[in-house]
Amino acid sequence: MDADRTQRGDAGWARSRFDGSAVLVALGGRWTLAHARSLEETLGRVDTRGAKALRVDFGDVAAIDTGGAWLLHRQILRWQEAGAEIGLVRASHSQTALLDRMSIEGESRPSLARPSEGAIRELLIRTGEATVEIGREAYALLSFVGAVFSAWGRAWRRPGRIRLTSTVFHIERIGIDALPIMGLLAYLIGVVLAFQGADQLRQYGAEVFTINLLGVSILREIGVLITAIMVAGRTGSAFAAEIGTMKVNQEVDAMRTIGLDPMETLVMPRLFALAIALPLLVFFANAMALAGGATMVIVGLDLSLPQFFEQLASAVTFPTFLIGLIKAPVFAVLIGMVACYEGLKVSGSAESVGIHTTRSVVKSIFLVIVFDAGFSVFFSRIGL
Amino acid sequence: MSAPVIRVRGLVTRFGAQTIHDGVDLEVRRGEILAIVGGSGTGKSVLLRTILGLKAPEGGTVEVLGRNLAGLDDEARRPVLKRMGVLFQDGALFSARTVAQNIRLPFAEHTDLDHRLVTQLIRVKLAMVGLPQEAGAKIPAELSGGMRKRAGLARAIALDPDVLFLDEPTAGLDPIGAAKFDELIRDLQRALSLSVVMITHDVDTLCAIADRIAVLLDKKIVVGTLDEIRAYPHPWVREYFSGPRGRAAQTGHYEPDPDRKDA
Repeated sequence: MDADRTQRGDAGWARSRFDGSAVLVALGGRWTLAHARSLEETLGRVDTRGAKALRVDFGDVAAIDTGGAWLLHRQILRWQEAGAEIGLVRASHSQTALLDRMSIEGESRPSLARPSEGAIRELLIRTGEATVEIGREAYALLSFVGAVFSAWGRAWRRPGRIRLTSTVFHIERIGIDALPIMGLLAYLIGVVLAFQGADQLRQYGAEVFTINLLGVSILREIGVLITAIMVAGRTGSAFAAEIGTMKVNQEVDAMRTIGLDPMETLVMPRLFALAIALPLLVFFANAMALAGGATMVIVGLDLSLPQFFEQLASAVTFPTFLIGLIKAPVFAVLIGMVACYEGLKVSGSAESVGIHTTRSVVKSIFLVIVFDAGFSVFFSRIGL
Repeated sequence: MSAPVIRVRGLVTRFGAQTIHDGVDLEVRRGEILAIVGGSGTGKSVLLRTILGLKAPEGGTVEVLGRNLAGLDDEARRPVLKRMGVLFQDGALFSARTVAQNIRLPFAEHTDLDHRLVTQLIRVKLAMVGLPQEAGAKIPAELSGGMRKRAGLARAIALDPDVLFLDEPTAGLDPIGAAKFDELIRDLQRALSLSVVMITHDVDTLCAIADRIAVLLDKKIVVGTLDEIRAYPHPWVREYFSGPRGRAAQTGHYEPDPDRKDA
């Protein structure tokens, strides 16, 4: 009889004893996950001399959990594969029950990872999917635009169904709440423009034309563009996230079952509110940007306020002012539509809300700039 | 008898001027299944959150496995957390990860086992909670409610905790699924010698697997066996057990479990 003593102490240990052809493997100590590494080694070192009959003795096992039981189960399987008969000795009812649970039912072991194709195939698949997705996306957005217009038509025929409270509430959020940040932003941009303009024009002794530069660029382009971008970031994202979260909570489904049209209750008030609030915000931003420019011009170029207005009046005509303002409702509808569309496209998870909120901001800013370029070309063609 | 796994002493919970718990005492013994019941708004979930250390109590002490979680810093809390498993109501699986990755998280956080062994253990846990191996590669959104609960349970028992917390384990399951889930909990509790604390509304669950019942009543708690609680003279308790659902549950298959005493 000889003993092969492996690890002892707190961690579990295993010891084999030979008695003729029968082998007894005595286990003891703590067979727990915390000792998994040493247990794995311990089991690897147990010498059975290829015995055909193995008895595993649980008498000294202080504790066993799933980790220990699994390692033991795995080892027992190996011994069985080597042709040994296994018997359990002095195992308590709960210990055998735990060991029994280790056999993973059915021998099939499908991968636990998400199935994946090869890298190149994956790349091709993704490219293809993305291409198809762009087409599908354009189609879906177009049909959403159609749905919005038909809802708009319905609203005209039955003005009583326009949600006035909701619209006013959104006007406050989009417009009034944005005044401080919008004002500050526009004012600073006015200052920057005037500063840079004056610097360049001074080289020709034409500082006074800084005011022309200010008037035209702010009223035609900068004011409306900055406001639209700000609103896309501030309000568009809020719309997409709000509607998206309602979608996740099944509130949108609940609305449909009650007979409320999400188009009418969620989308239209937001669009109306944007179409009203954005032009007003643009007007405010124009005024603030000019005020910023005026401050800079008066302080930096030693001009008086009346001189500033005189020069401004000579540089800017009413159509200039109108050209900037007329773009505002168009941008408003763009931002609102994209935001609501992305919000309604949210499905399932919190992650999806994030994705669609980001997309709504990126898309609406992109579309705003594309449309602005279109407007520029159009206005220059018709000679304005 | 060994020390209780959870000891709550004189717990006071307040939200503003509203007092939810006023001197709640509760002990959970090693190896028992304790069910917490109570009407809506009696603070079952808050009690659970307090025991888990997610919320600091306004008064009193909460000890889990002999340690007061509220008084520990993050580093000292970790070994205690490792010995607790929680199944939240809808599983609270991380939605961006697969089921297998969800179960792997506790291993990655608390152990330094090699990847292969953890994978094998994940397979064992999946089998233990009765999920097919294929479920491991799915993300939670692709699973049914019952499967999500099982997956959540697999994550909760990943590290063989001493205490398992269940928040309404059978809510949202059909009666057959609920009965199976009860059976699963009882089964696992025995196989892994768990102490289980669960919040439940389900009278069937109470009768089938709870060793003791704690009822939240009038800002206090009353603890006892099923028979003791049933005999407790309080209108809410009477209504709870004598309503049509309560009666059906008790005349149904209540099994007293002779071999439960050793745990």
